[in-house]
Amino acid sequence: MTGPEGTPAAAVLELRRVTVRYGTVAALSRVTAAFVPGTISCVLGENGSGKSTLVEVLSGLTRPQEGELLLDGRPARWRSPRDARANGVATVWNDLSVAPLLSVWRNFCLGAEPTAGIGPLRRLDRAAAREITVRELATVGLTGVDPDQPASTLRPGERQSLAIARALHFGSRALVVDEPIAPRSVAGATQAGQALLAARARGLAVVLVTANPRYAHLVGDRFLLLAGGQVAGDLTREDVDADSLTRLMAGDDELSALSETVRRTHPER
Amino acid sequence: MTAGRLPGSRAATAVPRGPGRRLLDRTVARPSTAAWVGLLAVTVFFGVQAPDLLTPAGVAGVLDTAALLGIGALAVGLLLIAGHIDLSTGMVAVASALATGLLVTEAGWGIWPALAASLAGSLLVGLLNGWLVVRTGLPSFLVTLAAFLVLEGAAFALTRAIAGTTVIQGLDQAPGWSSARTVFDSSVEWDDAFFRISVLWWLGLVALASWALWRTALGNAIFAVGGARRAARELGVPVRRTTLTLFCGTAAAGWLVGTLGLVRITTASGDASLMPSIEFLVAAVIGGCLLTGGYGSAVGTAVGALIYGVARFGITLAGWDPLWFQAFLGMLLLVALLANGIVRTRLRAVPRS
Repeated sequence: MTGPEGTPAAAVLELRRVTVRYGTVAALSRVTAAFVPGTISCVLGENGSGKSTLVEVLSGLTRPQEGELLLDGRPARWRSPRDARANGVATVWNDLSVAPLLSVWRNFCLGAEPTAGIGPLRRLDRAAAREITVRELATVGLTGVDPDQPASTLRPGERQSLAIARALHFGSRALVVDEPIAPRSVAGATQAGQALLAARARGLAVVLVTANPRYAHLVGDRFLLLAGGQVAGDLTREDVDADSLTRLMAGDDELSALSETVRRTHPER
Repeated sequence: MTAGRLPGSRAATAVPRGPGRRLLDRTVARPSTAAWVGLLAVTVFFGVQAPDLLTPAGVAGVLDTAALLGIGALAVGLLLIAGHIDLSTGMVAVASALATGLLVTEAGWGIWPALAASLAGSLLVGLLNGWLVVRTGLPSFLVTLAAFLVLEGAAFALTRAIAGTTVIQGLDQAPGWSSARTVFDSSVEWDDAFFRISVLWWLGLVALASWALWRTALGNAIFAVGGARRAARELGVPVRRTTLTLFCGTAAAGWLVGTLGLVRITTASGDASLMPSIEFLVAAVIGGCLLTGGYGSAVGTAVGALIYGVARFGITLAGWDPLWFQAFLGMLLLVALLANGIVRTRLRAVPRS
């Protein structure tokens, strides 16, 4: 796989002039972007900038009304996230997609269950599912979990591990990570960052959707700025530092107003 | 959190639980545990009040009462697990029996074609219910209440318009009647007690549903659709198809209940009442299905139906006023709801990090 420093590799996932409307409001408007293997692309934007819709399009939950989504250069017409995962594109959603009353292994394979038997006798391969679950959870550092315990007994950090391990297992080509809404511990954020870097090292196209420019600059290679459903900027790590990324995201006016206030109240800074 | 631990990203290592605690957790987490306790209590209570209850004839009576209710409760229970309610099941039973009766007596069809046609009609009602719920997002409670009212009015008005009465008799003259009786109304006699084939239908369906619920991808989908619909959508679980399937399931169960009754008494009639549907719902809830979805079991609905059967038959045998049964059922429902609430709180409790 070619890294961000080498010659540009062919994009795994590509959006071409994608438009998604809800009623008359365009959540995404003619968005074009390419996500390259071995690269962490950060999608940055304020609330309402179209980040969530972008995640929905990339994961197969929403189909673009105009434009198209390409996988390996071919149009991908996914009817649901099931199709996306079958094509190696998995998503860590911002609510982590955990069903609290289901056991850990049922959560892990939900929607893509390993089965045995044919026709009406097709049944869950429970031994395989349990084994995969334990093995894959161990790869993200979560050990000692009984795969039969309900997911509600997992601590928040453990839930995130479950969601990440699941996405890494099913996403062989691309990984889409929507930053969790719930506040995270430093350890939780660190763990998620490690998983992103590990996925990049394995040559996946990683898409990190976040509202936090500092975190994005820490792990990202490329930065796609969204504003009002449109691409407001497409930058690489060489183009910007964390401060200018923050400034670009927030809009100059608000931030300079804030700096002005800080200078007035704390002249020593 | 020390810096030395960060590279390993071992931020989340679970604390293993002891084996005793694990067993207790699992027992409490079983949806039917409370129902089994309830069944034991009710059986002991009525066993003392009416000792005849524990004779073969008594057991056969309980099973007979429980079977028809249990078939409906099973289908309604599965739908409850997926987070929806069906109030039209009982009326589908009545309407499909009337339709079968009309096709046989007025149109001169054989019993099997008539049954096939009424099954198709019932499935259509189920599909329509499910489609409306999935499509509009309206509460299934209201959609199926509307379906109940439409069915009730249409079934009785049409029957009266065509046959001149709402009680259709003379079905036993229809071609194929004897084979229909074998399938839907056989019984075995054992020690002066008649065990009916409806019990076999019921237990067979419970076994099938239980297998589907725990051992197939459809079962996973049912639990996820009821317990975490957003997660189910995000992971590509076919939410709509699952919901439609389960609404067809309740309609088919209604048809089976109606048919079993129809063949037994060779008469198609029925009360225009919401009560049967409510009883299915009550039995499922007593059996441990959460009204909010995501939790329950097929065996639980069967135990719920058994509790109902023991109480109803026990009250008759004890010679009490049958009206006490309603009061008893209401109390049982309340206790079940409270018990389910406790279970849910326990299950949803998230350990602090």
